Amino acid sequence: MADGFVLETQGLTKEFRGFIAVNDVSLRVRRGAIHALIGPNGAGKTTCFNLLTKFLEPTRGTITWQGRDITRAKPAEIARMGLVRSFQISAVFPHLTVLENVRVALQRARGNSYDFWRSDRVLAGFDVRARDLLADVNLTEYEGVPAGLLPYGRKRALEIATTLALDPAMLLLDEPTAGMTHEDVEHVVALIRRIREGRTILMVEHNLSVVSGLSDTITVLTRGQVLAEGDYAAVSANPEVRAAYLGAEEAA
Amino acid sequence: MNPMNVPASQRIAFVVMLAMIAVSPFVLYPVFLMKVLCFALFAAAFNLLIGFVGLLSFGHAAYFGMSSYVSAHAAKVWGFTPELAILAGTAVATLLGIAIGWIAIRRQGIYFAMITLALAQMVFFFCLQAPFTGGEDGIQAVPRGRLFGVLDLANDMALYWVVAAIFIAGFLFLYRVVHSPFGQVLKAIRENEPRAISLGYRVDDYKLIAFVISAAMTGVAGGTKAIVFQLATLTDVNWPMSGEAVLMTLVGGIGTIFGPPVGALVIIAMQNELAQLGAWVTVVQGVIFVACVLAFRKGIIGEIQAKFGKPL
Ligand SMILES: Nc1ncnc2c1ncn2[C@@H]1O[C@H](COP(=O)(O)OP(=O)(O)OP(=O)(O)O)[C@@H](O)[C@H]1O
Ligand SMILES: [Mg+2]
Repeated sequence: MADGFVLETQGLTKEFRGFIAVNDVSLRVRRGAIHALIGPNGAGKTTCFNLLTKFLEPTRGTITWQGRDITRAKPAEIARMGLVRSFQISAVFPHLTVLENVRVALQRARGNSYDFWRSDRVLAGFDVRARDLLADVNLTEYEGVPAGLLPYGRKRALEIATTLALDPAMLLLDEPTAGMTHEDVEHVVALIRRIREGRTILMVEHNLSVVSGLSDTITVLTRGQVLAEGDYAAVSANPEVRAAYLGAEEAA
Repeated sequence: MNPMNVPASQRIAFVVMLAMIAVSPFVLYPVFLMKVLCFALFAAAFNLLIGFVGLLSFGHAAYFGMSSYVSAHAAKVWGFTPELAILAGTAVATLLGIAIGWIAIRRQGIYFAMITLALAQMVFFFCLQAPFTGGEDGIQAVPRGRLFGVLDLANDMALYWVVAAIFIAGFLFLYRVVHSPFGQVLKAIRENEPRAISLGYRVDDYKLIAFVISAAMTGVAGGTKAIVFQLATLTDVNWPMSGEAVLMTLVGGIGTIFGPPVGALVIIAMQNELAQLGAWVTVVQGVIFVACVLAFRKGIIGEIQAKFGKPL
């Protein structure tokens, strides 16, 4: 902790029936930083997220959060420690309204979720805070809409609002701007700038202008391994990175 | 329950249901109606799991039948008053629910269904062997007794109002569970379990609590049934009984509030009408099951709900 890293991995490895998706990754995320994880499709970025949030068991390696070994923790406990992820495939509760989606998160953070004998009217107590969060992501006018009916970009925005409802110390965002219009992307970038105060953010992102605009540190992953790490200038100047990642991006 | 928070469609449906419960004993046989009410509560309890958590239990006969045996034994051998006999049955069903749920809850999908079936069959074999259940004969001539030691329930009409009260209380309780902060989390888990986990919900705990509530309410239904028919047999605890709950819920509408009681009414009425067909009842039921799966996936109430766009 004294060294300023909140999240560290040592030799993190994940094999799927012999296929090594994440190979000996040692990652260190500095407290308060926006750290980007980039790399071509199939590089192992999402798998890394799944390992860090314990949705997958690592084959080898350790994960440390604020000096504490969390390699064997359960995913719900990870979230309760303040490490909250979003998903690459937008994850909302489709038949709940936009407002209810955010309330589900607020409800967890503030208790009473086991009360099966109480009326759900008590949840109205979360409405004010939920509306604030929705206003932050420009979803105010959608609050009564079932989340499943939102256009893709708005679902992503809702997901961010839901994540922020937990007031997490660290956010892991898996491609937060994927599938968004240019305008929405700018909005999310502005939002991330606003919410980063007091938090650490690790994000997977393909949009390089977002990456360059936001991140303090970038880790480049290819075929499960760390290829390079540094700030945007250093990483984008790295010839290996250009060949493996930027080249592929330009060709696409 | 605060009426302000209940949608108009459900309030109307509830009033209609109450009216039917109030009027029907004057037109139909009370014993038939009591059977419907017991199974309506059974199906509603089963629906809490399949409809609101997305878990298909294929072992609910265990809680129904075990409670039926325990209630019958308590009333007959220990001389419990009927309400205490039913409570005793419910308590045992609840404990059984905790034990089976604890084992089953970690499995997903078809494995969950299989493990609940397997454990329920173990309960069945226990009941087959245990001396107190009376083997093939079951427990017969269970006294209906006096409610709270006062009200004589030998009269069908008197018993009917008691059973109706038990059903309504159970139904409202299950409604409340679904529409509680806890129920809201259940819906979230059903909709997107990984997301619920990533928000920090210990989803297994929620599933287990829902499982136990479902088992307990099934126990209420099974115990009441034993008092009504003055009988507890292996039929109550055997696997086709689990199938009945599945069928009734499917016919009425999975995940709806009023579907399971409607499904219970339809299936029991049909079994009564077709009783002279003997073994063919099973075949007809099978056909209905297939028809539901193929054509009316949402079930009776589910289809009505979809047509009018109003929750029922
Ligand atoms: N559960 C799994 N079982 C087997 N293989 C998997 C599994 N999950 C991921 N993989 C494989 O691991 C590799 C890394 O996948 P991952 O999803 O982490 O990539 P990614 O970097 O997130 O890619 P993208 O940019 O397309 O999202 C891929 O080859 C993928 O097919
Ligand atoms: Mg990915």
